[in-house]
Amino acid sequence: MGSITLEAVTKSFGGVKVIPGVDLEINDGEFVVFVGPSGCGKSTLLRLIAGLEDVTSGRILIDGQDATGMPPARRKLSMVFQSYALYPHMSVYKNIAFPLKMAGMDPAKIKEKVEGAAGILNLTDYLDRRPGQLSGGQRQRVAIGRAIVREPSAFLFDEPLSNLDAALRVNMRLEISELQKSLGTTSIYVTHDQIEAMTMADKIVVLNAGRIEQVGSPLDLYHKPANLFVAGFIGSPKMNLVEGEAARSRGATTMGIRPEHLTLSKTEGEWQGRVGVAEHLGSDTFLHVHVQGIEAPLTTRVPGNVEVSHGDTVFLTPDPARTYLFGPDGQAL
Amino acid sequence: MATLHTRSSARLMLTPSVILLLCWMIVPLAMTLYFSFLRYNLLMPGTEEWIGFLNYQFFVEDPAFWASLINTLLLVGGTLLITVVGGTFLAILLDQPFFGQGIVRLLVIAPFFVMPTVSALVWKNMLMHPVNGLFAWVARAFGAQPVDWLAEVPLLSVTIIVSWAWLPFATLIILTALQSLDQDQKEAAEMDGAGIFSIFWHITLPHLARALTVVVLIETIFLLSVFAEIFVTTNGGPGTESTNLTYLIYMQALLFYDAGAASAGGVIAIILANIVAIFLIRMIGKNLEA
Ligand SMILES: Nc1ncnc2c1ncn2[C@@H]1O[C@H](COP(=O)(O)OP(=O)(O)OP(=O)(O)O)[C@@H](O)[C@H]1O
Ligand SMILES: [Mg+2]
Repeated sequence: MGSITLEAVTKSFGGVKVIPGVDLEINDGEFVVFVGPSGCGKSTLLRLIAGLEDVTSGRILIDGQDATGMPPARRKLSMVFQSYALYPHMSVYKNIAFPLKMAGMDPAKIKEKVEGAAGILNLTDYLDRRPGQLSGGQRQRVAIGRAIVREPSAFLFDEPLSNLDAALRVNMRLEISELQKSLGTTSIYVTHDQIEAMTMADKIVVLNAGRIEQVGSPLDLYHKPANLFVAGFIGSPKMNLVEGEAARSRGATTMGIRPEHLTLSKTEGEWQGRVGVAEHLGSDTFLHVHVQGIEAPLTTRVPGNVEVSHGDTVFLTPDPARTYLFGPDGQAL
Repeated sequence: MATLHTRSSARLMLTPSVILLLCWMIVPLAMTLYFSFLRYNLLMPGTEEWIGFLNYQFFVEDPAFWASLINTLLLVGGTLLITVVGGTFLAILLDQPFFGQGIVRLLVIAPFFVMPTVSALVWKNMLMHPVNGLFAWVARAFGAQPVDWLAEVPLLSVTIIVSWAWLPFATLIILTALQSLDQDQKEAAEMDGAGIFSIFWHITLPHLARALTVVVLIETIFLLSVFAEIFVTTNGGPGTESTNLTYLIYMQALLFYDAGAASAGGVIAIILANIVAIFLIRMIGKNLEA
């Protein structure tokens, strides 16, 4: 109960084509994450699915039914907004109860459902408060509570964690993942944080300028990026992209190598370079190495702590089994 | 910020304006109070003497007093009703995107800048006049008997004239409040299954509560003392049908030259205004809390 299909969906604002054409299949119970740089149309796509914007052309099917012209309320989806969009003059209880009240549910049943949701989300002690009297994390939970009580066929999240601090974000990420797994409800989650995408998704949809660059499981995208854009976008720190002689000798226009697949040596290796910035995180060390003939500094990730400092000469060797090769059109070879 | 030092220096700097304001307020108030206990008729100079509450008794026992009290409340209440309901409606219309929005918004505020005497004259002679008025012409065009507005329904006519002037004020304040409503909230409500009326009732109206409170409070203050519109159109008549408290006091003071009774009326008006204010603050003041 909750498969969503997009067929050749396009969207223009005025004369500007923001979504030039998207086909996408989302299966029941899947956790799908839309990632992409700012302004690439993630929110727009989500709002098209929600029904808050009308598609310019194409079809949207929800559970096999054509939902293209349906008003948002009838699509049985619930959405968690980036701003939470809680109703400021209503108590937490009334906020969560609102969709049920609008559905005309009987008050005793509403009470039971709201209390159930509040229990799951640790909100029981706050039911009488107004949203203004809650912390950011609690507000987020109220927004999620309001979304789950309706038992929708899918949840839509638009960057729900971007207003939270880093520690809370990690927590909420886990909570949302866990909740989704236990409810088994289809979810679409928009973010530009690729860590969130990698950790939460069953399926990642990488968007760029309104186009889908690649769809796949997190590890698929990590191991087999379809093109330069995905290669550069997925993975942290970013994949090193090397053009010129090193790539040509391997029969490609661009060669990609992830920081974790470069071996560091102080004595010998393929590339000789000078250490620029060294970032010591304790668990890992990120070195930015300037190599003659390669424009951008190469980033390498070394487990543990290595004793190198600015200006030292080091050697880097790419792991031959883990290089990615791209042709002149940017597609993987 | 609010250390002991800044607080005391702030008080010091406030002092001159507070003193000025106090004089400005206290002196006339004290003089009014004093006059209200005197026999003080401008036609009989030199006969001033202390007569206790006689002026008050005289003023309150005048049948015109109760009529004018009720008229005052009806005028304030009616105008508030028209401007708040009409203003909300107009604000919602103006909030929709349409061609020429800027110009229309500018035009909407225009009546507020028209002087009460002028607008009253226009209404009296060009709109409500039983022979030359536009309304009479429309009525005749439909074959109906023209209504002599100012003679037949004087209080309603005054209410309409005053509402016309205050409607833009209400519209503008409510419009700005509407524009500050978070779009996400409306969309969330839409996804939660609320129709346009539910959204208005559950989301928009509570959001407007504060603006509506401001409109009601400010308008009440000014509407309790409506004068020019009555003076120009009906002169409080026929009889006392459109006399409000302000106009009654004017009649006492400047038509009957009874400064003492007029002062007593003034004091009663002040008391009335305070009663209304207390009621309003009790009823809707909590909307103003953050
Ligand atoms: N109502 C609108 N009218 C005109 N253009 C719009 C409108 N909404 C979005 N756009 C444009 O569509 C493009 C995609 O916007 P969208 O909000 O979907 O980006 P996004 O991927 O969600 O970005 P972010 O990560 O910053 O939230 C942007 O270039 C934006 O300027
Ligand atoms: Mg967005």
